[in-house]
Amino acid sequence: MSLSIVDSCVNCWACYDVCPSDAIYQSAPHFLIDAKKCTECEGDYAHPQCATICPIEEAILDAGGVAMNPPGSLTGIPPEKMAEAMLEFQSR
Amino acid sequence: MELTVLGQDEAAAAVADSGCSTGSCGSTNDQMSDLPDAIREKVQNHPCYSEEAHHYFARMHVAVAPACNIQCHYCNRKYDCSNESRPGVVSELLTPEQAIKKTKAVAANIPQMTVLGIAGPGDPLANPERTFETFRGLSEEAPDIKLCVSTNGLALPESVEELSKHNIDHVTITINCVDPKIGAQIYPWIYWNNRRIRGEKGAAILIEQQQKGLEMLVERGILVKVNSVMIPGVNDEHLKEVSRIVKSKGAFLHNVMPLIAEEEHGTFYGVMGQRGPEPEELQDLQDDCAGDMNMMRHCRQCRADAVGLLGEDRGEEFTLDKIEAMEIDYGAAMKTRAVVHAGIMEELDEKQAKRERLAAASVPDAQGLVDTRPVLMAVATSGGGLINQHFGHATEFLVYEASPNGVRFIGHRKVDQYCIGNDTCGEKESALSGSIRSLHGCEAVLCSKIGFEPWSQLEEAGIVPNGEHAMEPIEEAVLAVYREMAESGALEEPVPAARAQQVSA
Repeated sequence: MSLSIVDSCVNCWACYDVCPSDAIYQSAPHFLIDAKKCTECEGDYAHPQCATICPIEEAILDAGGVAMNPPGSLTGIPPEKMAEAMLEFQSR
Repeated sequence: MELTVLGQDEAAAAVADSGCSTGSCGSTNDQMSDLPDAIREKVQNHPCYSEEAHHYFARMHVAVAPACNIQCHYCNRKYDCSNESRPGVVSELLTPEQAIKKTKAVAANIPQMTVLGIAGPGDPLANPERTFETFRGLSEEAPDIKLCVSTNGLALPESVEELSKHNIDHVTITINCVDPKIGAQIYPWIYWNNRRIRGEKGAAILIEQQQKGLEMLVERGILVKVNSVMIPGVNDEHLKEVSRIVKSKGAFLHNVMPLIAEEEHGTFYGVMGQRGPEPEELQDLQDDCAGDMNMMRHCRQCRADAVGLLGEDRGEEFTLDKIEAMEIDYGAAMKTRAVVHAGIMEELDEKQAKRERLAAASVPDAQGLVDTRPVLMAVATSGGGLINQHFGHATEFLVYEASPNGVRFIGHRKVDQYCIGNDTCGEKESALSGSIRSLHGCEAVLCSKIGFEPWSQLEEAGIVPNGEHAMEPIEEAVLAVYREMAESGALEEPVPAARAQQVSA
């Protein structure tokens, strides 16, 4: 079982610093999780630490490929509002 | 503007009673004079603390601290843009080793550089190893550089011990509230004890840590400046209480800054349509928070990797590939720097002495005006305390208030340059109206020269252009224009509509 980091990662190092298993490593274009080392923090913490500190929605997936922090869950911006804003910005 | 020690109401009141506070009789730039010598010594060559010093001394930030332990509604962690200038934005992340090299390269090439700050792009104390390795290296290899750090305060109490070991004499804490209910509208979550804690509960922990950190720093004699972001409708009224509390705990300066929120920044506030304050609202709040005292009004809200004089960014000259190619003899650089710094201090001292003479002379002038209403005026200056910039070249205006009490510095207003010296810019006209908009509330603008087109547009907007005081000291010229207005009867007219709202507020 392992979590994974996908390409919305902004390389902020926060998860790297808090991983109890040293499973996270710097890579290009973004940080990655070593599936052999990742324990999903079982036995160490109640919640996986990388997903607990990550500021970017949908950047970390659980073992089933589902975003640990879904859209709107961290910024508080309703996803439809965000989509609307981006659409308007792009049309300018 | 005077930079006043928070918590020294009595001293400030005593000066006011004597009828001549430094900020109200001409020596607006003399903001250091009310500080105790020990603090003045520490901040006199710090560009961020003095409207005057920032024209002479430079600062830089190194982006070694990417991780953050909280989320603020005015921040978007996805952002990385070289064309933007605001906190939290950065182009190139550095390792501590690269940051030390870059700092030495900048210090050797820009000898006026006196201060190195770590301000992000995340929170410096959420990156303790990277931040402190940088500070350790610089304390050893470049002991003539002052170090400072800016933090949200969550990890501050556990960092105070380490902070006190380095050449750090200023810490800035961003404190936007002391009430968790308000905090929950600013901070959606914090990372604390291995959990993400949301809402009021998270805000309460953050507030407690900030206050504790502030007290611990003051106990150890480290200067603390408090930054607050003014968010209209969220914490604007509340910041008066914040100011009172941090002042009573010993912060030496409170810097109230306007919220920057644009939809394209993708921040919560930007997307949700939270507006920033109008310049007049910011000024009113700064006045209210200051009480009898002045506040920091010239903060330029720099990027986390800014390099150079305040308001400019020379970061492009010091990118990683460029500094790799530089050979720096820091021992030799330190000797040059010491000479340059001494020269600047001498020049500043001379100016100060001159201002004191002028200030003494200008008191009767100001006192001659009784019961005339205060007037805001904008000034185009490239430094040195003089009116010495062409209207069209000004990237910002300094705003002064003239009243029977004299002249005081109020703040600065950024403008888009409308004139870049040629006609290639097709948006010239709209940019000009942009600079006129930025002068909202001002009744006159003083500059060294001004073209015909802006002249007539300014007049239409009810702002009197004035190019008659070129190369004169700012405060004297503002006072002279104020006297002319009084004598011509302009001050008996009601306040122009644009300003009426603010005055009644």
